[in-house]
Amino acid sequence: MATAFSPSKFAAQPFPLNTTSQNNPLTIPTTASAFLGSTRKPILLSSSSNLNLRRGSLTVVKALSKGIPARAILSELLGKATGCCRGQGGSMHIFSREHNMLGGFAFIGEGIPIGTGAAFTSKYKREVLKEADCDHVTLAFFGDGACNNGQFYECLNMAALWKLPIVFVVENNLWAIGMSHLRATSVPPIYKKGPAFGMPGVHVDGMDVLKVREVAKEAIGRARRGEGPTLVECETYRFRGHSLADPDKLRDPAEKAHYAARDPITALKKYLIDNSLASEADLKAI
Amino acid sequence: MLGIVRQKMLEQSLKKIPPAVSVLRSYSSAAKQMTIRDALNSALDEEMSADSKVFLMGEEVGEYQGAYKITKGLLDKYGPERVLDTPITEAGFTGVAVGAAYYGVKPVVEFMTFNFSMQAIDHIINSAAKTNYMSSGQISVPIVFRGPNGAAAGVGAQHSQCYAAWYASCPGLKVLAPYSSEDARGLLKAAIRDPDPVVFLENELLYGESFPVSDEVLDSSFCLPIGKAKIERKGKDVTIAAYSKMVGYALKAAETLEKDGIDAEVINLRSMRPLDRSMINASVRKTSRLVTVEEAFPQHGVGAEICASIVEESFAYLDAPVERIAGADVPMPYAANLERMAVPQVEDIVRAAKRTCYRSVS
Repeated sequence: MATAFSPSKFAAQPFPLNTTSQNNPLTIPTTASAFLGSTRKPILLSSSSNLNLRRGSLTVVKALSKGIPARAILSELLGKATGCCRGQGGSMHIFSREHNMLGGFAFIGEGIPIGTGAAFTSKYKREVLKEADCDHVTLAFFGDGACNNGQFYECLNMAALWKLPIVFVVENNLWAIGMSHLRATSVPPIYKKGPAFGMPGVHVDGMDVLKVREVAKEAIGRARRGEGPTLVECETYRFRGHSLADPDKLRDPAEKAHYAARDPITALKKYLIDNSLASEADLKAI
Repeated sequence: MLGIVRQKMLEQSLKKIPPAVSVLRSYSSAAKQMTIRDALNSALDEEMSADSKVFLMGEEVGEYQGAYKITKGLLDKYGPERVLDTPITEAGFTGVAVGAAYYGVKPVVEFMTFNFSMQAIDHIINSAAKTNYMSSGQISVPIVFRGPNGAAAGVGAQHSQCYAAWYASCPGLKVLAPYSSEDARGLLKAAIRDPDPVVFLENELLYGESFPVSDEVLDSSFCLPIGKAKIERKGKDVTIAAYSKMVGYALKAAETLEKDGIDAEVINLRSMRPLDRSMINASVRKTSRLVTVEEAFPQHGVGAEICASIVEESFAYLDAPVERIAGADVPMPYAANLERMAVPQVEDIVRAAKRTCYRSVS
């Protein structure tokens, strides 16, 4: 059975915004159909996978996914003592030992080695300390901007060299504040850099929750089986400016409109309703 | 084996017919000598043996037996999973080690010299030092960064800088600098056992030097407290505070000063952060005069901090301005004669001490 990592599936992958066409949708292979037959369980990364992240609101999103209560996160954002870090960390530094959230990092690329280190520890605990049930997989999240940073390449090398149980997840939203990924990068397809270091590089439509899920499952399975790291590039988009201080004048309105029409949450909602997996009322309750 | 050594020494000494006293003295159990290199190696060995979470990481630490042979024999004993040879990637491997420490193991990271730590300083400061605070105590980082620091011999400007002041200014770090073998063993063991990030500044030129070590120091449970200085030589006329190699120079200066009737007290700082302000102040309150000695650049240095501490807490006790001896304010020259002029020498310390005593320095 062809897996998400079979080279044929991604051979003819056009990169978006490739010079001319801005409304060229990704031709993602139809992995969705393969998924339909499988379980409907919610995304379960690992009982204690570690997430670490790069910036601001994204840290918050990952923190929520890891199960840190929304109230604790919001309190932290407001600098309150009831925050998950007692107001000492703030939006960019959400940590939770209990939820295995190893932090957000402000310096671009800083979190990549940290995540690689956590994966190193998983392997160390299993092989040197001989701890049972130590199959923890680390997910390191970062953006397209971090992919031009030296630490990224240093970690791709070490993770592949030592076969660490880690998935490097690039959230390529094509813009690093006001710098277009295409203006900053000599070879824009980031997933192609994986094989250069000895690991599979996978490109997936980041706006499709289910496709990302399937790719994640496979990458995590690979890591758990001891086959080493994977580089996953999720093509996505940033609907607003980088921060409140960003006037966001450099991005083409047509580009923004193209991606706004592909809002992942709206798409998932439509999918759930069309396939009778949930009702309007259920979703409204969420 | 000791029996054979004794026999051989006896034969030798009988041939020379020395006084009985000196023969006995060579068998004294308290007079064992140990090099700094062996002190560090034995400390690493014992801590790795005691706790399987401790592992080493760095360039050439394994198969090459260590760039300065500090980690000699450890790869054979503990295997490649606990003694890791890394690629040349300071930022990467330091970050990996810090991340590993977040998640529960105890890395000891070697920098071939602390100059290279500048490539990793983001991880030392932002990922290691600040994390316990940012996470409000949830994540502790039990990591040690060690390696040679400061001037060596003829290695030029980019390989000779001392980083004590840089690291010691950062809250969240502990910064240690051993002088003797007792310091090296005790402080490295303390650093490895400590739950917080520790920067451990060694000195390349001291690695081969021998110091006497007692049985207590050789015991595997030996440990020195972090944050406490040591009075290497008691005195009453002037306090000389130094760290690392400069402690040796200060002791030599004290011998010279003694001939001129100045009784110097020499403090081995041992710990730059936390700085043992109470001991330094107590000493200055006794002597009323202070000379600080460091090989590092003078501006914003350890000496400046000690001077500020004395002025803040013991101003009324000073009988003379504080003298600060430091390296020259210039990138380290390469030529040997220039290099000699760029670092403090014993005569500089002697002159400074005499100045504090208002003695002629000719």
